[in-house]
Parts: sequence; C-alpha cells; structure tokens
Amino acid sequence: MIKFQYTDKKDTRSGFGVGLHELGKQNPNVVALCADLIGSLKMDAFKKEFPDRFFQIGIAEANMMGIAAGLTIGGKIPFTGTFANFSTGRVYDQIRQSIAYSDKNVKICASHAGLTLGEDGATHQILEDVGMMKMLPGMTVIVPCDYAQTKAATLALGDHIGPTYLRFGRPVWPIFTEGRPFTIGKADVMIEGNQVTIIANGHMVWQAIEAEAILAEKGISAEIINIHTIKPLDVEAILKSVQKTGCVVTCEEHQMNGGLGDSIAQVLARHYPAPIEFIAVDDSFGESGKPMDLLKKYGLSPENIVNATERVIKRKS
Amino acid sequence: MSSQTDFVKLKKVSSQVRRDIVRMVHACQSGHPGGSLGCTEYFVALYYSVLKHNTHFTMEGKGEDLFFLSNGHISPVWYSVLARAGYFQVAELASFRQLNTRLQGHPTTHEHLPGVRIASGSLGQGLSVALGAAQAKKLNDDKATIYVLMGDGEQQEGQVWEAAMYAAHNKVSNVIATIDYNGQQIDGPVDQVLSLKDLKAKWEAFGWHVLECDGNNIEELVATLDLAKSLSHKEKPLMILMKTIMGKGVDFMMGSHKWHGVAPNDVELEKALAQLPETLGDY
Repeated sequence: MIKFQYTDKKDTRSGFGVGLHELGKQNPNVVALCADLIGSLKMDAFKKEFPDRFFQIGIAEANMMGIAAGLTIGGKIPFTGTFANFSTGRVYDQIRQSIAYSDKNVKICASHAGLTLGEDGATHQILEDVGMMKMLPGMTVIVPCDYAQTKAATLALGDHIGPTYLRFGRPVWPIFTEGRPFTIGKADVMIEGNQVTIIANGHMVWQAIEAEAILAEKGISAEIINIHTIKPLDVEAILKSVQKTGCVVTCEEHQMNGGLGDSIAQVLARHYPAPIEFIAVDDSFGESGKPMDLLKKYGLSPENIVNATERVIKRKS
Repeated sequence: MSSQTDFVKLKKVSSQVRRDIVRMVHACQSGHPGGSLGCTEYFVALYYSVLKHNTHFTMEGKGEDLFFLSNGHISPVWYSVLARAGYFQVAELASFRQLNTRLQGHPTTHEHLPGVRIASGSLGQGLSVALGAAQAKKLNDDKATIYVLMGDGEQQEGQVWEAAMYAAHNKVSNVIATIDYNGQQIDGPVDQVLSLKDLKAKWEAFGWHVLECDGNNIEELVATLDLAKSLSHKEKPLMILMKTIMGKGVDFMMGSHKWHGVAPNDVELEKALAQLPETLGDY
C-alpha cells in the first residue's frame, strides 16, 4: 500500500509561480526576470500584480543573468525564470563570474528540467544542470519534489541570502508534501525503515514512495528520504539513516555523473563506506516521448528502484 | 563639472597612475599594461571629476554614481586610481597579483576590495550588470548615474548586443557606457581579427545616443562625459566611443597589441618611468 495518499496533481512550476507571487506581496525587494517564457514559468501573476518589479528580458539569457546580478547591487532579490537548460548550461560563465564568484543574491529558477519535459526531446531535457550548479562555490542547489514543496522552497528563498539554483519541472505530479515542514538544507524522512535507505529528490521522490509500497509487499523495509537540498547536503541525516540500514539507493532525474548520487557517495566514502546503487540517467541524452514512458525507458521507474534495492541489500556484507 | 575641473591636477594624477601601472605590472611580471595606460585619462576623469561618489565604500552606493569595469584585465589602472582617490592605501598596490592580495589579476568582490561591485574578466558581461544596477537605481528612485567601460575587442561578444538591445528597448537612460576604442586585441588589430565595421552606426541602429571623443585628451574627455551626463536620464542610453592609444605615455608600448598582456623587464621599466614624471610619490 502506498503510504502517501495524494489528493491532487499539479506541476511543480505552478508551485513556483504561486510562491513567487506570494513572496512579491511579502517583500517589496523581490523582483522577477523572465526570458520570454512567462506562461511556461507561471510568472503571470507576479507580472500582473507587480509590473514595475518584473523584467521581460527577451530571448537573451546571458543578459538576464547579468541584469539579475546588477539588480542585487541595489538591494533587490532577483528571481530569474527560464527553462533549466537555458538557466544553466547556456549561461554557465555568466553565473560563475557575475553571480557565484561575485557573491550575488540571485535566485536562478529553472523549469522543464529532466526527462519529464517529455515531447520536446533532448535539446531541452537537461540532465547535467545540478552537477554544473553544485560545483560552483557558494551555490545552494534545491530540487523540490512536488507543487507544495516547490512553493515552500520558493518562499524560503526570500529569506535565504546567497546565490541559489531552484530546479523544477513541467509535468503534473502528485502533491504529497502539503503541510510538511521545509527548511533549506534539511532532509525530510518521508517513510521510516531499516533495511535500505532510498534517497531521492524532484519527481523521483514519488517514484521512490511507489517503490516502497512494492518493497513492503516483498517484506523489505525501506527508509525514504527526500533530499531536496543537494547543496548544502544534510550529511547528518544521511549518516543517521545509513548507520541504521547499511546501504543506499539514490534516485534522481539527472545524469549519474555529477548529481545527487555523487554527493551521497562522497559522504559514504568519507564517513561510512556502504554499498550504494544509483537510479539516474547513465551517460545518455534523452529523447521525445511521454514523461512516464521516458522514465521507464531510462531506468527511472519504481520497478527500477525496487531492483536496485534488492541488488544493494545483497551487497551488504 | 568641466568648468571647475582642475586639469593641471588631473594631468599630474594621470602621470602618477601611469607610473603605478608600469611598476605594478613589472613587480609581479604579469598583467595588462597596454589597455591600462590607454584608459588612464578615463579613470582619472571619472574618479577626480565626473563621478558623484564616496570613498567610504558600500556595495549599494545609495545616491552615488556607480562604475563598472567590463574589460577587467585593465585592473592596474582601476586599482591605481581607486587607491589614489582614497578607496584604500596606495601601499596596497604593491600586492597586485600576489598571493593573498585583494588586488586580484582581474577585479573581484570576493576579497572585498573597496570600489569593486562585480567580478569581471570573462568579457561581455559588464554592460548587463550595469543595466541591472541602473534598473535598481530606478526602482529605488535614486537619480544617480551608472557608468560602464568595455573594450573594443569585447564588442565581439554576443552578450554585449543582447544588453544593447535591452537598454534601448527599456529606455535605460541612466547608463553612460564607454568603449575603449584602441583598435587592438590580443591577436592583433581588431580590423584584422574580426572587424567591428561601423561601430557607431551599429550602436545607433540599436537605439543608443552615440558620442565620440579622444580619450587621451582629458579636456575633451571630461567635456564629452559632461555632455553625456546632460543627455542622460531622458530617452536613450548613452554610448561614448573613446579613441585611445594602447600603451599611451610609454613610447615603446604605444599603439601595439604586443603590450596587451606583457610585463616590462627591468631595463624597460626604467625606460618607461623616465617618460612618466613622479608627481604624487610612488607607492
């Protein structure tokens, strides 16, 4: 039985849009920038209510990152909005120099990340963004798992000082974190268990919750941890869980190289060596297709998580 | 304002700044003397005549004019002028490019050097940052002006033109940009590497008000900056195409891209310093 019942499904990007609008009401220094994707990023409400604090940049993402950096100098808190590919890979040097190295309080908000973008295909399905962003010194990296958490994360960014990458997506997805506390850098143990630690973020948290139900039927007790903040990582929570379970499966909608799994493996290697399996895209580009079909084809389904879990448990000495 | 500007003093400062540049680059045997020497009058004009600024540095610079350097490699001239203008001790110029210095090879906010508000070095980004700072000034009802300097080779970066388009469309008229139009870049004359063709026509076509001046003639430069100021805060963003001579003030460095990023040796240093009177005391 699935332990989390969802009452509704919405896209995570809508959580961002609602959160941004709310933040705009709370804090007059919050400003928003968009590179010709207002509808896709759900920034319409903010734009409508705060036209003076909204900047339509046009299809010029490099300029957008520079303008955002400049706005911080006047005490503004800029939220940039575009697709994850154009929020990272396209403008990496601008983020590196004008934002990260310059210690600017810019919130880089990125939608349509990962395979679940779907039909648009590999050009837009960025799977390397988390890796790029987590490598930048001082950059906070957050990948929320549903509409409610994306809204909570967006609101939390209003008080968080420092450059941040907030990654979310396109498809409608179960809402299951409503009312749960959200703190940047704090892991959320969704389901307790004692034979394996399954760590997931983004859309993969729901996949992990579905996998847990299958595992439970097989008599396997899995602990499900939602690590929405990849950087800074909640090392304490990871160690606490793995010291109990003795093995780990990581799940992310990202390349295996450079993502959440890498970060967790580093923690284990340094503090508590234990078997680990990775559910992620394995050195491949995506392709066009329906989100759920793509997750299945690229090995990111609940069944894949179940198989990885059985493998990793066998590897425990 | 130009009518009150003490040009004798500005020329004295310029000579000392040129000495600082050559000595800084010589001391660490690295850095970019050519563009720094060429832009000396611009920096001296800004910090000693044009900018409404406070040497008690704050990041926001509320009510102050702000300056951004996009072509960050000419850091020696900026550091020298910031120090001479009182942002930090001139003795610190001796630490340029040395380990643990605030005077990094390219300017950065990372070490909290007073006067610097953004890192620069990777080209093409400064105008965008300046536009953001200008938009923030508007939101804050701050009537001050934003200044930004770019290189001419830098005009080959696509981001510059994204920013150019944005500024005109959004009437960001509290910005006065300047291009160091010395015609040189690392691999040779700009016209040979990748010609900018009619740069004035390009900026005008993008919707900017373009002025031109001799950037090594300080009277003309201050007059042009004052004219730009009088035309700003209206409709169009302002651009000054500032003709300079790379390496200006040191005969064997003048007009050649060869001194873009090369340090003088001991003999060359003495030859250079012999041409630049020590007016304010070496650091």
